[in-house]
Amino acid sequence: MIEAVGLTKRYGAKTAVYNLSFQVRPGTVTGFLGPNGSGKSTTMRMILGLDTPTTGQVTIGGYPYRKLPNAPRQVGALLDAKAVHGGRHARNHLLCLAQLSGIPARRVDEVLGVVGLQDVAKKRSKGFSLGMGQRLGIAAALLGDPQVLLFDEPVNGLDPEGILWVRNLMKSLAAEGRTVFVSSHLMSEMALTAEHLIVIGRGQLLADMSVRDFISHNSADFARVRTPDTEPQQREKLTAALTEAGGQVLPEPDGALRVTGLPLPRISDLAHGADVRLWELSPHQASLEEAYMRMTQGAVDYRSTVDQRTASSS
Amino acid sequence: MTTPESPQQQPQALQAPQPQQAYAQAGAPVGAPMGAPMAPPPAAPAPPSAWEQAMANAYTSPIPVRKTHLGNALASEWTKIKSVRSTMWTLGIFLALVIGIGLLAAANTTPENYSDMPFTVPAFFGLMLGQICLITLGVLVTSSEYGTGMIRTTFTASPQRYRVLTAKIVVFFVTAFVVSAGSILLVGLVTSSMNSGPGSGDVPWAGTVLKGGLYVSLLGVLALAVGSMLRHSAGAITAMLGVVLVPAILPAFLMIWESTQSLAEKMSDYNAINSLAKIFGADGIDGSGGTSQLVVLVVVTLVAIAGAYALLEKRDV
Repeated sequence: MIEAVGLTKRYGAKTAVYNLSFQVRPGTVTGFLGPNGSGKSTTMRMILGLDTPTTGQVTIGGYPYRKLPNAPRQVGALLDAKAVHGGRHARNHLLCLAQLSGIPARRVDEVLGVVGLQDVAKKRSKGFSLGMGQRLGIAAALLGDPQVLLFDEPVNGLDPEGILWVRNLMKSLAAEGRTVFVSSHLMSEMALTAEHLIVIGRGQLLADMSVRDFISHNSADFARVRTPDTEPQQREKLTAALTEAGGQVLPEPDGALRVTGLPLPRISDLAHGADVRLWELSPHQASLEEAYMRMTQGAVDYRSTVDQRTASSS
Repeated sequence: MTTPESPQQQPQALQAPQPQQAYAQAGAPVGAPMGAPMAPPPAAPAPPSAWEQAMANAYTSPIPVRKTHLGNALASEWTKIKSVRSTMWTLGIFLALVIGIGLLAAANTTPENYSDMPFTVPAFFGLMLGQICLITLGVLVTSSEYGTGMIRTTFTASPQRYRVLTAKIVVFFVTAFVVSAGSILLVGLVTSSMNSGPGSGDVPWAGTVLKGGLYVSLLGVLALAVGSMLRHSAGAITAMLGVVLVPAILPAFLMIWESTQSLAEKMSDYNAINSLAKIFGADGIDGSGGTSQLVVLVVVTLVAIAGAYALLEKRDV
């Protein structure tokens, strides 16, 4: 189990993580979400004792990471797939890590098999693709057969087959009773993999709840309403009626209306009352991605702007 | 990227009611903050029973967990140092320089030359250049881990950072000493067999093998400590070249002024090249055998190691 209490990290004037408290429990995959620069990697590094928190603490099974008697046998981590010496071949890379925690050499061959790198075990990791690097990093994390696993962006650079493999691996690791803590930007992937979510933005906790709760709490559910295209005045009439009833109406580019704040039967009744015909009235369920976007829209550090040059030429 | 001065201000920004959120919050009072402030529940997010169940079913590995010790780190560092090409390159060039230049020099000497100097003097000429190779390797042992990011993997696998540094120092020192003392010994043996004659070989040379090997190996350890502190290969190698070359060049300038003459003399006495010359008795005059030069290097190296340990525990990686 991972437990963070009041975790804060400042780099000079910049606060990377502020007063973060959460628990990650065994037996489930816990997703760790947040926009770029929100402090996910900093938090991961603090969990692993690489960075020292400015205040607060984080423990694994009751111990700070650096006080664990044999850390790699209890915690496995993939932080950065590129954090290897490229001149060393894959097997030796894993071997030196195994020796550091007294893990027998045959375990190295086992994990190479698990991640499917046995054929390139004697190849220098400099020549590895991003996906192969991820597999090597996952192999290193699994080396100690640990109870707690941390993965920072594990599916980066993997092909669809690799993504499916990682998804199933995470789930089976959690099913064995391990604590699996995974950070990712890929919402669709998290929706399929994680049961529980911890969301941060600008270094602060935004949510700590199950995926289902997260979607329903932050749902962007709306109704799509379309009036006959041939009669624009009907649209205006309906907009007025819905707004009066307390709904929010946003016109969509294709002429439909996006209505929030009113249940579907009520919209239908109001349209009927206003004598407006409907061509479409459809419910729209939010995805995890939409829910996430809504939650974090105030906490995004790096926002793109439209390139005037390309916008005008297109 | 901008961060508000006080992080406490941020939730307010997040709480700004957004029009589209109303649908989900249809029953909520108007103006209530919506969506964002999912404050962590004060209790555990799941009912205690679920937590207890999860904790009870937590995975335990069938492979027994043993306490780790320095021996594990030594084995790991030995695997590391022998599995990269830079080690083979630097040590290969070192051997080529010491043995190559040594034998070339030995071929141009006569037995009479060794009436007042040891048989290992030819190795000294190669060592003057070869020490750069050991410095480079020493720096790379630590700084290459920082350069590649491997250090985060290493310190995750062994959060006992001091143990990793200790293992690096021991493995590097033993490797460097075996290689350097071995090559000096080889040059000494070949030279003595080529130059056996009346009057030669009166100077004992076993000490020069040990002290010469010790001196260049310690320079390498100093480089390793500097690499660990600077965390940058090029920077650390440059710094070490400065340590070797500046005290050898600067005295020429410092001699100009009377006030700096004593400093200049100390520098020219204790610089790396002159220290090696003294150890090998190559200058023919000094009988001290370079012991005080060796002591100075030991002290400097110990100070650098202490600095490396102190920074290692304190800094983030």
